[in-house]
Amino acid sequence: MWTFFHKLGSPPWLYKISGAILRYLLPATLLALVCGMTWGLLFTDPDFRQGNSYRIMYIHVPAAVVALAGYYVMAIAGAISLIWKMKMADVAMKCCAPVGAAFTFISLATGAIWGKPTWGTWWVWDARITSMLVLFFLYLGVLALYEAFDNKEAAGKACAVLSLVGMVNIPIIYKSVDWWYSLHQPASIKFTGESAIHASMLYPLLLMIIAFYALFACALLLNMRAELLHRERRSNWVRKLAQPEAG
Amino acid sequence: MSALPAPVFCMRLLRRQLVLALRRPAGIANPLLFFLMVVALFPLGLGPDPSRLASFAPGILWIIALLSSLLTSDTVFRSDFDDGSLEQLLLAPQPLYFSVLAYVAAHWLVTGVLLSLASPVFGLMLGLPAQALPALFASLLLGSAVLSLVGGIGAALTVGLKRGGVLISLLILPLYMPVLIFGSAAVRAAVDGFPVAPHLAILGAMLCLAIALAPLSIAAALRISIDA
Repeated sequence: MWTFFHKLGSPPWLYKISGAILRYLLPATLLALVCGMTWGLLFTDPDFRQGNSYRIMYIHVPAAVVALAGYYVMAIAGAISLIWKMKMADVAMKCCAPVGAAFTFISLATGAIWGKPTWGTWWVWDARITSMLVLFFLYLGVLALYEAFDNKEAAGKACAVLSLVGMVNIPIIYKSVDWWYSLHQPASIKFTGESAIHASMLYPLLLMIIAFYALFACALLLNMRAELLHRERRSNWVRKLAQPEAG
Repeated sequence: MSALPAPVFCMRLLRRQLVLALRRPAGIANPLLFFLMVVALFPLGLGPDPSRLASFAPGILWIIALLSSLLTSDTVFRSDFDDGSLEQLLLAPQPLYFSVLAYVAAHWLVTGVLLSLASPVFGLMLGLPAQALPALFASLLLGSAVLSLVGGIGAALTVGLKRGGVLISLLILPLYMPVLIFGSAAVRAAVDGFPVAPHLAILGAMLCLAIALAPLSIAAALRISIDA
C-alpha cells in the first residue's frame, strides 16, 4: 500500500503507468463517445416540444458535469500537494486548469447554441449560466496566477491556495438552480427518486457522461505526461526516452 | 524577553496600520473620491432621468464599492513586503492568523467603513429613496468586511509579483460576486418595501465564514509569497 503511495511521487513511474493506462483508456473513451453520440443523435426519439434541438444535451450536460467535477479534482490535487508536498499532485493540479476551462467553455458555448432555438436568446443572466461563467473565471484565474510567477514551485502552491479558496463557489453553482428562480431547468438526473427524463433519453446521456469523465481523465493524463517531460527534461530518464540508442 | 500575548500584539499591529494610514490622508481620501467620481459618471452615461437612475442605484453603488475595495486591496501588504517587515511578522511567535486579521481590519476601517458612512450621501445623489438608505449602509458595512477579507487573499497571493495589479482583479472578482448579489439585493428589497433582514443575515453568514477561513488562506499565501 505504502510503496504504491511512494511510487506515485516518482515521475518516471507515473509516466510509465499513465502510458499503460492511456493505452486502454483512450480507445475505450473513443468507443464510448462514438457509441453515445450515435445513440443520442440518431436512435432516440425527438423531444415533443423541442424537436431535434434538444440533442445538443448529449454534449452540453456531460461537459457541464465534468467541468464542475474537474474543479474538485483540481482543488483536491492542490490540497494534496500543499499538505503532503507531493510533486505529482502539483502536476495534476496545474494540468487540470486548462482542461477544466475547456470543458466549462464547451458547456457555455453549447448552452448558448441550445438557448437560441429553445429560449429565443443566446444568453440570459440567469443563476446557473452566470455561475458557470464564474467557474470559467475561476479556472482562468488559476491559469493566470500560475503564469505570473517565475518560480514555478511557488506558482503551484499559490494556485493550490487559490483553487481551495474558489471551492466555496462550487456548491453555490451546483445548487444555483434550486435556490434561485431561473430559466435554466433544475437538475433532471437524480440518484435517488424518479428522474425527470425518460429512460430512452437517460441511458445515452449517462453513457455520454461516463465518456466525458473518461475524456477528462485522458486529457488530464496526456497533459500531465507532457508537463512531466517538460519538468524533467534535464533528467536521465527523459534523455533515455528521447534518445534510446545514446543510453 | 517574553513574547507579547497575541491579542496585545494584534491590537498594536492594528494601531500601527491605522497610524500609517492617517499619516497619509490622501490614501484614505482616494477611494472616497473614486466613489464620488464614478457616481458622477453614471448620470452622464445613463442620462440624468431620476427615476431610471434610482432603479439602477443599488447595483451602481454596490459595484463602485466593490471596485474601490478592489483598487485598494492591492496595497494591503505591499509596502510591508517591500521593506521586509512582513518577513519579520512571519517569524514572530504570535499566530499569523490574528496578525493578518489586524491588517485586514485596518484596511476595512479605512475603506469599507468610511465608504459605508459616506454611502447615504451618494445614494441620495443617485435618487435612492430614503427608506433604502439604512439598508444600503448596513449591507455595505457587512459586505465590505467580506470584500476586505477576500481581497486580502488576492493581495497576499500577488504581493511578490511585480505586475500584480490586473491579476488581482481576475483572482478575486469571481469571489466578490456572491457578496454583490446579496448586497445589492438587500438594497433593492428595501427600495421595494420588502424585508431586508434575510439578505443581511446571509451577508453576515458570509462574513462569519470569511473571518474563519480567509485569514488562514491569507497566512498560507503570504508564506508562499515570501518564500518565492
